[in-house]
Amino acid sequence: MRGRGRAVFFRRIPALAGLSILALVIILSLLSPLLSTAPPEEIDLDRSLQPPSREHPFGTDPFGRDVLSRVMAGGRVSLGVGFMARTISLLIGLLLGTLAGYVGGRVDSVIMRLADITFAFPTLLLLIAIMAVVSPGVVSLFVALGVVGWAALARLVRAQVMAVRERDYVRAARASGAGHLKLITRYILPQCLSPLVVVYTLGLGMTIMAEASISFLGLGVRPPAPSWGAMISGGIAFMRTAPWLTLFPGLVLTVTVCSLNLVGDGLRDALDPRMVVGKRDLSL
Amino acid sequence: MIKFVLRRIILLVPILLGVVTVTFILMYVIPGDPVLALVGERYDEETLEAKRRELGLDQPLFKQYLGYLGRVSRMDLGRSFITGRPVTESIAERFPRTLTLALSAMLLAVSGGILAGALAAWGRFPWLGRSMMTLSLVGVSIPVFWLGLLLIFLFSIKLSLLPPSGYGGGSWRYLILPAITLSFASLATIARVTRSGFLDTGGEDFVRTARAKGLGESKVLGKHILRNALIPVVTIVGTDFGSYLSGSVLTESIFGWPGLGRFIVQAILKRDFPVIQGSILFMAVLFVIVNLLVDLSYGIIDPRVRRMGGAS
Repeated sequence: MRGRGRAVFFRRIPALAGLSILALVIILSLLSPLLSTAPPEEIDLDRSLQPPSREHPFGTDPFGRDVLSRVMAGGRVSLGVGFMARTISLLIGLLLGTLAGYVGGRVDSVIMRLADITFAFPTLLLLIAIMAVVSPGVVSLFVALGVVGWAALARLVRAQVMAVRERDYVRAARASGAGHLKLITRYILPQCLSPLVVVYTLGLGMTIMAEASISFLGLGVRPPAPSWGAMISGGIAFMRTAPWLTLFPGLVLTVTVCSLNLVGDGLRDALDPRMVVGKRDLSL
Repeated sequence: MIKFVLRRIILLVPILLGVVTVTFILMYVIPGDPVLALVGERYDEETLEAKRRELGLDQPLFKQYLGYLGRVSRMDLGRSFITGRPVTESIAERFPRTLTLALSAMLLAVSGGILAGALAAWGRFPWLGRSMMTLSLVGVSIPVFWLGLLLIFLFSIKLSLLPPSGYGGGSWRYLILPAITLSFASLATIARVTRSGFLDTGGEDFVRTARAKGLGESKVLGKHILRNALIPVVTIVGTDFGSYLSGSVLTESIFGWPGLGRFIVQAILKRDFPVIQGSILFMAVLFVIVNLLVDLSYGIIDPRVRRMGGAS
């Protein structure tokens, strides 16, 4: 992102606000072991279900664990799973999308039918089905999320590759003897970068939300490991007496997804204002 | 038009076959022996063997797959491991409730969204237009399940206005909170799109022409602006249908709504595989068919789509 693009991004206050909040959330999550007043898994029944106070700004849970520490530790899980999943989607999407767009023909139709089939499932349902049969855990979770998200990225890459493939400079490079690999990596893929960055970022928010939803249903990250979704569902039984158990993790989750969407929108405006990203493009 | 419709329907066949295959593969890779899950581990080897034969699990994979295809094409989705009830019967009982919830939410999203968007475009309430952007951002960022819990906290626990959960024999009081929860993201998006639709179309030449030739303001609004401003809304309703299905899983779980979404979650927690497989297959097929109908409706609204043979 150079020159004009960077200027556009940094002129937008919402995008900047999103970026700042996101940075704050990432830093707090990464530094959680240093910043926490109490270890997120330390049980102390003497201080169970305390309302928010100076000592415990987000209160404590039924086991006396500090909710703020758990929210920060949960951030590492949620953000980590989100980034990993999105990167897996990106790698599969890049590989299959390039293959489909560059080779074309039968390879293209097979890959695109696979994408159609992936799109045929409402995403959360497909995720639930996968999580129902694999053994639960963080790794299964990000692999499942990553696999489910590939189709949209593959379609995007394919469309970009096809649009660029026959441009004059690519033909010139081909004529001067560049091999397939060099053509793809040096001349074609760099042209696809902008929309990929936008869709990657916008999809990140959706992926984090999907992870929370799955963990909320009890199919993802299992307690006692902290995860925002699981914390929210754990707090339901205490909604009447200790609402802070559901309020704070949900608030942090919403703010994080919000800021990711703001950054994504800002990137889109800066890189490619004409780009329209629909719900289906994110496949989440 | 007929050719266009036929083409799209033929394209559906491989996708549906793929969907059936994916659900088959998913349930085939279940870790452990499904027969053990079915009869429990205390049975002797002979009973297990008999059960395995009964379910066709001793057959080679390909034969099992063909058998599954055959059963699915006869609308036989197997029986629940736990209750022994045919899965189709349970779906038939529970799906109407999910549909009630989804349609109420959709109605709410469309009517509320268009109303809010139109009011914001009208410009009499400037704050409405400004808050619209914020609202639509929050709408797509707030997790459905957390929103539902917030509503329960506010309207059931704090204000004691509405029941927190349950079906209440279909009483509307039980429908309100889940419907609002499920509709929120869609409502916010529709409001924003309607607003910009009205503002964009309001400045078009044909609207100016209509006004210039002396058409009344209500006619200009109803005949020229509204119609064009609402085309993107149709798109949103169509693409959001999947979110209604996915969202129903979460919404129904929070509000104890006895629909298909909650049924699936319960089946997963009990590891009732035929129910999971059958219900997810049903939802996916429904999703594919609705998406087809949406695509076809574009062909009716916008003839250019027809000539391109469907751009999507």
